[in-house]
Amino acid sequence: MTTVTADPAPSTPPGRSARPSRLRRSWDKHWYAWAMVLPVVIVLAVLIFYPLFRGIWLSFTSLTEANQAAEICTRSITGGEVCADNPNKWEFVGLDNYVRVLTGEVGDFWQWTGTTLIWTFVCVAFHFGLGLGLATMINRPMRFRSLYRVLLILPWAVPAFVSAFAWKFIFNERFGLANALLTAVGIDPVSWFSDRWTALLTAIVTNIWLGVPFMMVALLGGMQTIPGELYEAAEIDGASAWQRFKNITLPGLRPVSMTVVLLGTIWTFNMFPIIFLVTEGQPAGQSEILVTGAYRAAFEGIRNYSLASTYGVLILSILLVFSVFYRRALRKQGEVW
Amino acid sequence: MRRTAKGIAVLASATLALSVAACGGEDKAANEQPTVDPASLTAELTWWDTSDPKNEGPAFQELIAKFNQTYPNVKINYQSVPFGEAQNKFKTAAQAKSGAPDILRAEVAWVPEFASLGYLYALDGSELLADEADFLETPLASNKYDGKTYGVPQVTDSLALMYNKELLSQAGISEAPKTWAELKTASQAIKEKTDAEGVYVNPAGYFLLPFMYGEGGDLVDTANKKIVINSEQNAAGLAIAKDLIDSGAAVKPSANDSYGTMMTLFKEKKVAMIINGPWEVNNVQQAPDFGGLENLGVAPVPAGSAKAGGPVGGHNYVIWSGMPQEKVDAAVAFVKFMSSAESQAFLSEKLGLLPTRTSAYQLDAVKNNATVAAFQPVVEAGVGRPWIPEAGQFFGPLDQMATEVLIQNKDPKAALDTVADKYKAEVVPAYEK
Repeated sequence: MTTVTADPAPSTPPGRSARPSRLRRSWDKHWYAWAMVLPVVIVLAVLIFYPLFRGIWLSFTSLTEANQAAEICTRSITGGEVCADNPNKWEFVGLDNYVRVLTGEVGDFWQWTGTTLIWTFVCVAFHFGLGLGLATMINRPMRFRSLYRVLLILPWAVPAFVSAFAWKFIFNERFGLANALLTAVGIDPVSWFSDRWTALLTAIVTNIWLGVPFMMVALLGGMQTIPGELYEAAEIDGASAWQRFKNITLPGLRPVSMTVVLLGTIWTFNMFPIIFLVTEGQPAGQSEILVTGAYRAAFEGIRNYSLASTYGVLILSILLVFSVFYRRALRKQGEVW
Repeated sequence: MRRTAKGIAVLASATLALSVAACGGEDKAANEQPTVDPASLTAELTWWDTSDPKNEGPAFQELIAKFNQTYPNVKINYQSVPFGEAQNKFKTAAQAKSGAPDILRAEVAWVPEFASLGYLYALDGSELLADEADFLETPLASNKYDGKTYGVPQVTDSLALMYNKELLSQAGISEAPKTWAELKTASQAIKEKTDAEGVYVNPAGYFLLPFMYGEGGDLVDTANKKIVINSEQNAAGLAIAKDLIDSGAAVKPSANDSYGTMMTLFKEKKVAMIINGPWEVNNVQQAPDFGGLENLGVAPVPAGSAKAGGPVGGHNYVIWSGMPQEKVDAAVAFVKFMSSAESQAFLSEKLGLLPTRTSAYQLDAVKNNATVAAFQPVVEAGVGRPWIPEAGQFFGPLDQMATEVLIQNKDPKAALDTVADKYKAEVVPAYEK
């Protein structure tokens, strides 16, 4: 038996610490995973982070289409080119854009925000309510069930701008179907687009029609994951239909509904085409929501990139705040999301 | 965020293209040899036509065919671009330095804006402006920016009172109304004696300008750099328009799609008079129930207490500054041909468009054209708009004001004050209020 007293063989090359760093170990062990993730990281950086941070940076400048060039060159048809320094070249302006937008010096930020909140709340409430109702109705055996499903999904399959134009024409004050029906039953025709609230109503009706199918399909999917035994057990216990709906269907749907409500809120908040095409912001810009108002403010005439970015950052911030609170609310209820 | 991303994406691509172009370094070899033989000119030119593809486009294509009889080796790529999209599309392409057309039919208000951004060739010293004096003064003025001329007028137009002759005579009115007061009485007479309504006032900024000009008002005073939109004159003009609607003489307009409603009602003989321009003549003429040109009366817009005048509109030919220098001769030849008195007379005859050359009005085809003859006094009374790069942005706030005053019964002066504030904040900050 021999005692081995040999020096332990140095496991690391000289000049390195005795144990490899965590990063190093992670790399040695997971280099394959890192390599797999890299393309995604690059794509995210190029497609999302670069534009996002560039947008945030632009909102602190005065960049517009007219002042972005350092010099403006005028070419003459007879040859030759005269270049002159751009007298009002863009510059860093700090929070000026935000001040101008938030104080109402440019645009109607607060009115648009109010309209957007009303629009989002009403639309999502009806989407969810009607979607839930329809999903419950067709989530049971009946004849022609698949036909109903297809018909109910149809609005979703129509391009949004097509339905927008169709609904706009339905609400046309002189030639539209809505007023024709009202006249037929003896009610005076309504000047839909002369009042802020009726104008908003036309857009909301359009958007409800467009948005219900998504909610219905999502909730129907959710309903079908609820085990049938629960209903059977409840029935044996003598629960009424309403009790079954309230105590089994709704709680069972929560993971789905929380997600679709969040998605629906974000989509509706930024739903550009419906307002833009159906009401066109009429009357006098009063039915404008944030995204359409920002579009008009920034992209009509000489395009104002810095102002557009400012609106973009503000809209993003509102939605971020909303998402944070929403997630917190979810976590309180024990949902892992 | 999607919106930001969109704006940024456009910008990013633009910056990229700019830097690439800067590396390229173009050679600026000017070739100034005089054009001798038309057949020796070889080039391929893209032209964006923004006219109505159904009503007007074919006539322009016929003109191109005529051009090719003289210049067989200049190929013109005719592209019809919807008027509503062309301005943004051109700006995006010109900024990216690729994909913009060599020649564009630009609305009068676009030219100073494009010129200020360096997107257009200055045409001074070329053949195109050799007979500058022949062009009507006001349409030509829209091409000038900072002392240089960037375009050649194609057509001009202005707003006029267009009326249904049959309905007017049914109501016992022998002559088109000459003042707003006469218009009101005529309207009420039509409403009483026929099935139709009197007049439709389109609640949009551009269409209210005759009311404001009529009292001697204007939008801005470019010479003194002053915003004059909230003048008493403008308020008085709006009050007249408002009174037409309140008194029932004019149809109660709708806030959305009012232009389309106005045209439908006029073509279906449900309204007897409208204020609109020559670009709708062909449309009205082709309406099945209207009764053709014989039934269409055209008169200058009614006068207010100061004068009668509509805003001058129209279109110009401009050449994109990104077009390579070697194509210049061909482009000049093409624009010269298109804007010649003969070509303008051809368009007048075909489409009833108004020439921009004095000499074109001497040609028989123009002289004998009833529509053009009817519009000539209208154009002569036309009031030039402020030709500044920001001019296109005047109409957003003005349209809002029109809806507020004519539909939502807001006080004209208060609404105009809001417009003035917006002009100061968003459109012309350097101007005095």
